[in-house]
Amino acid sequence: MTAYPLKRLVIAFATLVLASMVVFAVLEILPGDPARLMLGMNASADQVELLRTQMGLNAPLVLRYLHWAGGLLSLDFGRSYTYSVPVIDLVRERLAVSLPLALIALALSTIIAIPVGLYSASRRGRAGDTVAMGAAQLGVAVPNFWFALMLIYVFAVWLRLVPAGGFPGWGAGAWPALKSLLLPAVALALPQAAILARVTRSALIEVLNEDYIRTARAKGLPYRAVLWRHALRNAMIPVLTILGLQFAFLLAGTIIIENVFYLPGLGRLVFQAITQRDLIVVESVVMLLVAAVIAVNLLVDLSYAVVDPRLRTRS
Amino acid sequence: MSLLEIDNLSLTIGDTQILKSIELSVAPGEVMGLVGESGSGKSMTALTVMRLLPHAARATGRVTFDGIDILTATEDQMCALRGDDIGMVFQEPMTALNPVKTIGEQVAEGIRWHTKATRAEAEDRARKMLDRVGLPEAKFPLSRYPHELSGGQRQRVVIAIACALKPKLLIADEPTTALDVVLQAQILDLLRDLVAESRMGLLLISHDLAVVTEMADRITILRHGEVMEAGDTARTLSGQLHPYTRQLAQASMHVPARARPHLVGTDQPLLQVEGITRDYRGRRTSLFRRAPDIRAVDDVSLSIAPGESVALVGRSGCGKSTLARMILALDRPSSGAIRFRGEAITGKSEAELKPARRDMQVVFQDPYGSFDPRQKVEKLVAEPLHVLEKKPTRAERREMVAHALHEVGLGQRDMDKYPHEFSGGQRQRLSIARAIITRPKLVVADEPVSALDVSIRAQILDLFAGLNQKLGIAYLFITHDLTVARAITAEVLVMHDGKIVERGKTNEVLDRPQSEAAQALVAAAPDLHRAIARRMQEQG
Repeated sequence: MTAYPLKRLVIAFATLVLASMVVFAVLEILPGDPARLMLGMNASADQVELLRTQMGLNAPLVLRYLHWAGGLLSLDFGRSYTYSVPVIDLVRERLAVSLPLALIALALSTIIAIPVGLYSASRRGRAGDTVAMGAAQLGVAVPNFWFALMLIYVFAVWLRLVPAGGFPGWGAGAWPALKSLLLPAVALALPQAAILARVTRSALIEVLNEDYIRTARAKGLPYRAVLWRHALRNAMIPVLTILGLQFAFLLAGTIIIENVFYLPGLGRLVFQAITQRDLIVVESVVMLLVAAVIAVNLLVDLSYAVVDPRLRTRS
Repeated sequence: MSLLEIDNLSLTIGDTQILKSIELSVAPGEVMGLVGESGSGKSMTALTVMRLLPHAARATGRVTFDGIDILTATEDQMCALRGDDIGMVFQEPMTALNPVKTIGEQVAEGIRWHTKATRAEAEDRARKMLDRVGLPEAKFPLSRYPHELSGGQRQRVVIAIACALKPKLLIADEPTTALDVVLQAQILDLLRDLVAESRMGLLLISHDLAVVTEMADRITILRHGEVMEAGDTARTLSGQLHPYTRQLAQASMHVPARARPHLVGTDQPLLQVEGITRDYRGRRTSLFRRAPDIRAVDDVSLSIAPGESVALVGRSGCGKSTLARMILALDRPSSGAIRFRGEAITGKSEAELKPARRDMQVVFQDPYGSFDPRQKVEKLVAEPLHVLEKKPTRAERREMVAHALHEVGLGQRDMDKYPHEFSGGQRQRLSIARAIITRPKLVVADEPVSALDVSIRAQILDLFAGLNQKLGIAYLFITHDLTVARAITAEVLVMHDGKIVERGKTNEVLDRPQSEAAQALVAAAPDLHRAIARRMQEQG
């Protein structure tokens, strides 16, 4: 019983270490000297050299990696070259927007997708299924920024229910902050929900052909009860896999939506840091995202075992 | 009065006529056997009574259960009947249970649904029912999951689900087909007892005439969706007045004519297995601990002469298939040696094994699962040719495939077809063609006829016997079906718990088994002659 989670945990940690090496190495090979960038084109070679030593850029590669990785463990990401503040402060500020946004979008996508998938699977091939899956097809095909613009037009410009963009900060109260995250969350959730609904439907249809569904029907359970009690849980594994991937995407892949709504999120931070060669910020955020993705995957792996008892005893 | 009355029932799915004016009845406490070959409409008849037919199915006629007109009942009425007054047991116990729910939940679910009992009451009844079907709580607590049980145990759970509320009618659709003969006998005993206990009606569906004869008071024989003959079991089968009934009975007792093939230079055995053992590592119970190793095959020795047919019989899980895999060099023994034509094949590399692979082929049980559905027959049958020393040209390849197809009774035109265009029996012919295309000296056949209907089985057995004579192929037949062993082999090995416990001439061993394992197999094996004789006594 304990072997499975332990094994997953070890694998997750090993992945994290490996990823940190790759991130460090990639940024190491990239052209562009951060010291030169900070001092500007007019600085003398001596000045640049001095700053390089101060920043520890002249130390051997392995030492620098260990120093950096050690810092990560104690949440010390170093200082941003361009903002001259600790990276952790920058990240914390941005996470306060990106994390709630991702969570709301994920919740919305799940709430929409699972019932639609259930509905479609139980009416396979009939009109309701065709309409729902047509809508899902549209949801997958249409880019989310277009959804975003339409939402802004209807709810912000026309109905004036929510602001069209910007983020007041959590200091301004929970409701105004949530209100400004609502439209971006919906815009993010719709395409994700469309994908998830299709996955849910196809997983359910496969499960509904299983022999044990017939056994459950022969017990006298009505179709609807069979769907909820027997089919849904068995169809959960592919759905959980997709959910895990979606969360990772929602946390970092939202840069376009952040730009449309003018939100100070993580995606925009990375984008700016890349254009300004603020490598330490890039490194830190990438590592943070890697850690988040690995953590979510670990959670997904562990939840497989909750859903499917066969995984608990298999080593 | 009858419990179940089927009157002039016809069924179509799309444009296909599945059932034509079926008449059938089951009285309380009576066992009605429904016999027929695959596709004859047995299962569809059962599903009509349960009203669990596919969407596109349209039924006409009358089906009355306990005064209720099934075909016009509402879905709510049907839900109230299913699982309460009518229980159903299915063929495939391995997949009939929900893998993510405990057996307790699955047995209690129907009880709670129909009786509005509390969880505790329902679990209590589930516990009693599981105990009744032979799964006592001390060994099989309610918290067990299906994957922790064997096939026979799972089938007991399915029976517990179906009988939990003491239904008036139980429909059992091939309940023992997927089980070995000893388990089959146990499950049939259980069903018989349950019928006697509560005067339950039983509609027993099977393709196995011997099983039905042992169990059923009356019998209905279906073919192509029509009732061929119906009546008291003894009279129907002893008289065999209807030609189809006679054909079925003869096919299920068919013994191919065999003559020993004449062979040259038979001084050296073809295959020698010397004291092989196969251990599987125990399952990891925690990070640092493992369960003890499992010994699947334990010090087995055997030898097969060229052209000889040997049967390897035993219950499921006794190690037969593991032994076969090692002989085919698909798995390595933990210790011991295997010699094929005098040369050791254990511990050889894949390249060194090529000559041995050429002379050793395999036929699997499932003619549906062993072909890639997207490849044409020419490619499928030609598959083993890659072990030939010289790669044949395209024309040569077609020639060889055509020849192999001809030998198994198929035509040259079949070469360009896909597997789905063939029936089950024809597919088994294809897999035999695939096995003989390299002119092997030994064919290992793992339950080669157990998925086939009796008439097809008779034809395939004839084919095996004919090829043995014509090509001098030796066979190792792995089977739990003693009729097959008797029909086609001269020598038999009885395997139990990884060991060979008895060996000798097939007829002698099966007539006078010495070991406990062989006696159990022989006693449990359904035998049509014996069953008819017993029925005759009972029914006069």
